Amino acid sequence: MDSLQTYLFISAILFSLGLYGVITRRNGIAVLMGIELILNSANINFIAFARFGGMNLSGQVFALFVIIMAAAEAAVALAIIINIFNNLQTVNIDEAQQLKL
Amino acid sequence: MEDLAFGLIVAITLGSAFMVVQGKQLLYSAIALLFTLFGVAGLYIFMWADFMAGVQIVIYIGGILVLLIFGIMLTNKITSVNISHTSLQRGAGVLVALSVLSFLVVMIGRTPWLEKTALEPAQTADGIGMLLMMEYLLPFEVASLLLLGALIGAAMLSRNVD
Repeated sequence: MDSLQTYLFISAILFSLGLYGVITRRNGIAVLMGIELILNSANINFIAFARFGGMNLSGQVFALFVIIMAAAEAAVALAIIINIFNNLQTVNIDEAQQLKL
Repeated sequence: MEDLAFGLIVAITLGSAFMVVQGKQLLYSAIALLFTLFGVAGLYIFMWADFMAGVQIVIYIGGILVLLIFGIMLTNKITSVNISHTSLQRGAGVLVALSVLSFLVVMIGRTPWLEKTALEPAQTADGIGMLLMMEYLLPFEVASLLLLGALIGAAMLSRNVD
């Protein structure tokens, strides 16, 4: 269990699951959940390289920046989704095709 | 004992991640995401990243997940009990995800990784603080600007303009 490959395999599986969610889901919030899974898999990679690849603490600092970016992205994306819901009465991202009503 | 705990955490992480993308109810997906994020925090602890595990729980579970649940509540009428969400193009999704996964697994298995693991488990918070204040000061300030921009942008976007 204590090897770089173990963690890379776990993060690859998590990434594929997130990708599957982004592709198949139609609800905007569910797509956002898939994106969170993908960002988490990237963070596992960063910290695995920090632990096993000689990146030391720099890898953890990069993971910290990824988390900050994920927070900003979630806030703005939810504001956009709520706006779409107010205008179109749906959160189906296939129906939100126009930038302007 | 340690192997058992590791296997349990991996099973929780990946199993609930599967429920996130496969569940029928949106709210159940959000709750499954809670367990995924906890499992990822456990993996961080297995990699000696104690500070990052705390940050993961505080920001992801305390911040982003609560925000997502607020989003679910705000975009569904409270009278519509069945907050469901459909999945389309499952075949194409499985195909793409499996091909990406097999590519990644082959790539990870074949690459000769440079492993340099002579570190002792140590407290990481002070080291991360020193790095943020010295080597990564500019990205740190840019991140604070990004958060300010996101705050103002989200408030402006979700304001009722009538």
